[in-house]
Amino acid sequence: MCLAIPGQVLDLHDGGGLFARGRVDFGGVVREVSLICTPEVAVGDWVLVHAGMAIAVVDAAAAARTLAELARLGGEGA
Amino acid sequence: MSSADYRDPATVHRLIDAIGGTVTRSWTLMEICGGQTHAILRAGLDRLLPPAVTLVHGPGCPVCVTPVGVIDQAIALAGRPDVTLCSFGDMLRVPGSRTDLLAARASGGDVRVVYSPLDAVAIAGREPGRQVVFFAVGFETTAPAAAAAVRQAQALGLTNFSLLCAQVRVPPAMAVILEAPDCRIHGFLAAGHVCTVMGLAEYAPLVARYRVPIVVTGFEPVDILTGVLHCLRQLEAGQARLENAYERAARTQGNPAAQALVGEVFEFVARDWRGLGELPESGLGLRAAYADFDAARRFGLVEAPTPAPGECLAGEVLQGRLRPDRCPAFGSRCTPQRPLGAPMVSSEGACAAYYRYRGQAA
Amino acid sequence: MDSVCPLPLDDYPVVLLAHGGGGRLMQQLLDGLILPTLGVSGGQGPHDAARVDELLAGAGGRLAFTTDSYVVRPLFFPGGDIGSLAVCGTVNDLAMAGARARALSVSLILEEGLPMQTLWQVLCSLRQTAEAAGVRIVTGDTKVVERGRADGVYINTAGIGAVPAGVSIHPGRVRAGDAVLVSGDIGRHGIAVMAQREGLQFETTIESDCQPLWSTVAALLDAGLDLHCLRDPTRGGLASALVEIARQAGVDVLLDEAALPVAPPVATACELLGFDPLHVACEGRLVAFVPATQAQAALDVLRRAPGGERAALIGAVGAPGGRVTLRSRYGIDRPLDLPAGELLPRIC
Repeated sequence: MCLAIPGQVLDLHDGGGLFARGRVDFGGVVREVSLICTPEVAVGDWVLVHAGMAIAVVDAAAAARTLAELARLGGEGA
Repeated sequence: MSSADYRDPATVHRLIDAIGGTVTRSWTLMEICGGQTHAILRAGLDRLLPPAVTLVHGPGCPVCVTPVGVIDQAIALAGRPDVTLCSFGDMLRVPGSRTDLLAARASGGDVRVVYSPLDAVAIAGREPGRQVVFFAVGFETTAPAAAAAVRQAQALGLTNFSLLCAQVRVPPAMAVILEAPDCRIHGFLAAGHVCTVMGLAEYAPLVARYRVPIVVTGFEPVDILTGVLHCLRQLEAGQARLENAYERAARTQGNPAAQALVGEVFEFVARDWRGLGELPESGLGLRAAYADFDAARRFGLVEAPTPAPGECLAGEVLQGRLRPDRCPAFGSRCTPQRPLGAPMVSSEGACAAYYRYRGQAA
Repeated sequence: MDSVCPLPLDDYPVVLLAHGGGGRLMQQLLDGLILPTLGVSGGQGPHDAARVDELLAGAGGRLAFTTDSYVVRPLFFPGGDIGSLAVCGTVNDLAMAGARARALSVSLILEEGLPMQTLWQVLCSLRQTAEAAGVRIVTGDTKVVERGRADGVYINTAGIGAVPAGVSIHPGRVRAGDAVLVSGDIGRHGIAVMAQREGLQFETTIESDCQPLWSTVAALLDAGLDLHCLRDPTRGGLASALVEIARQAGVDVLLDEAALPVAPPVATACELLGFDPLHVACEGRLVAFVPATQAQAALDVLRRAPGGERAALIGAVGAPGGRVTLRSRYGIDRPLDLPAGELLPRIC
């Protein structure tokens, strides 16, 4: 129940505040998701979705930093 | 952005090597998230780690910590002819004191599996003749969706929607574990998606008071090992800091919109945790302004006293004191088909993870 | 094939109890709709035991016979329906024994109130699938039950075929060192059906893999391959099929998780719904146990067969035992077991 799945926002329907939602593509499976908690989201963004609700917009820059750090592992000791 | 990057075997092995090169003595780390427990066991990360590093599993399964009395309330509601009980799928086989929701459905109860509490609101809108109750179980990750469901129902003027509230918070459970005089846990991996919603602030007091490193950690194998590595680096350096190893999702301040939504609808309440007892301010209950949406109130439900646990050692398992496959009933008198307690049937239960990924034998 | 239901819908737009009553109305339903749509003719009606001798003549000495019932909900799903499923399931059971299905019986249990148009669509699908599979529908039965039972329609099919001389395909022939192959990507059918159910609805391009498998088996036999064992993984998915074979054959099987073919949308749908693709039903896939030396040749045949783009070598048979082990992409082994209980109800 903690699991949130990443997906890409295809479109936005502003049903008005509480009903703001959009279609999110989870790698070939598309589902409508509530976007109330990610008002800043734009089409094309990646969001983390849990129980039908987007709980965060994925920070692409942070993801890139993490992957870069991981790529550097192995050269160093600890 | 794909999950594949965070499952890459080469990266996993590099992290394992880095961990091996970091530790100079034995350390015990705890994760408090059932999703992380299952990810660790499915990928076999505990077996890849050097013997010096032990991972124990905490009370990270909100289904598992829901008291028997609350399950019985849900079953009672499902037995009412006017009620449609909506629930996440893995609540259906959790044993109450006599039976479970799956049996209630087989006996004619209208029990429906939903993926989101918002689906339950939609059902209530489509079926005005039914009293739709959403069984709200979960940690802070799920609270925004439950809060949104209540606000939507209110905005739509629905009189046939209510919540059976059983939501819990992680920090009080972590405090209980740290308070135990014989606590052997050196460091914690904090649940990444709980922190995505709530931010990191609630963990700072725990770090300060108990002097343990707490590292916010994600769910894929690479994320989990990254969290483990950062935690071990702190321990080897004698540090105790709050650190974020899941920055792509969790920000220091969390998600303000989600927190505002949760804070509007819910307040902290005392809650009874199966296996841990009653913890003050450890649950989320509906604020007075939303009392109309409280199923317990609407249906006059009484919370029965929690019966003695019998043979089930869920309490010990949930506190990380007993590894599931070392429980005497594991795989014999307790199986997913005939469980003694919740951890063996919940999709996030530690016992279920051991049974599924390690088999019946230890 | 007509695109319009041949029975005058104005008279009876839905199935009535009387249509199962053995009287004039039932005769009209049989003669006007069911028999002609299914292609059952030539004096062979539902009340006559069909003469299958001609169909089995020259087919081989050893008869194979199987039956299955179909209660899938919803009746129509992406990639198929209860009609195509009812033919493929039974045809494929026979194919797994090395038998080409020659004759099929079709028993229908209809719910009072089922739209005649829906019945006709199901019958068309039964006929078209049978033709594609090269099997004749020769006999059957029709019953009607009260509204509220049968969820529209339940179907039972039984099939008879013959195993060619020299062909012996069963778990007892599995040997240590055998290669384990799967004929295509797994989990499609279960997900395609689940995607239609209330509360779990999502848009997807995932279609059921429902298809007859005899042509694939025939191609394997024609290539001169020594097929030790075949199984089509339906309910319970690939995991159930392999666990059963390992148990029946008394051998250990080691699977390579990284080699298991799962189409990305199916993998994602499984994650969303909390399912393991290994436990999700297929309806047009087979798993094959062949001598290790023939693995590549078998794989080549499977990849050329319909739906075989993702056919793969997924494991090998080990020492005597009876357990299936899955080796993860990180090199860690775990036991593979039957899925627990009712994860995916009414899938087939």
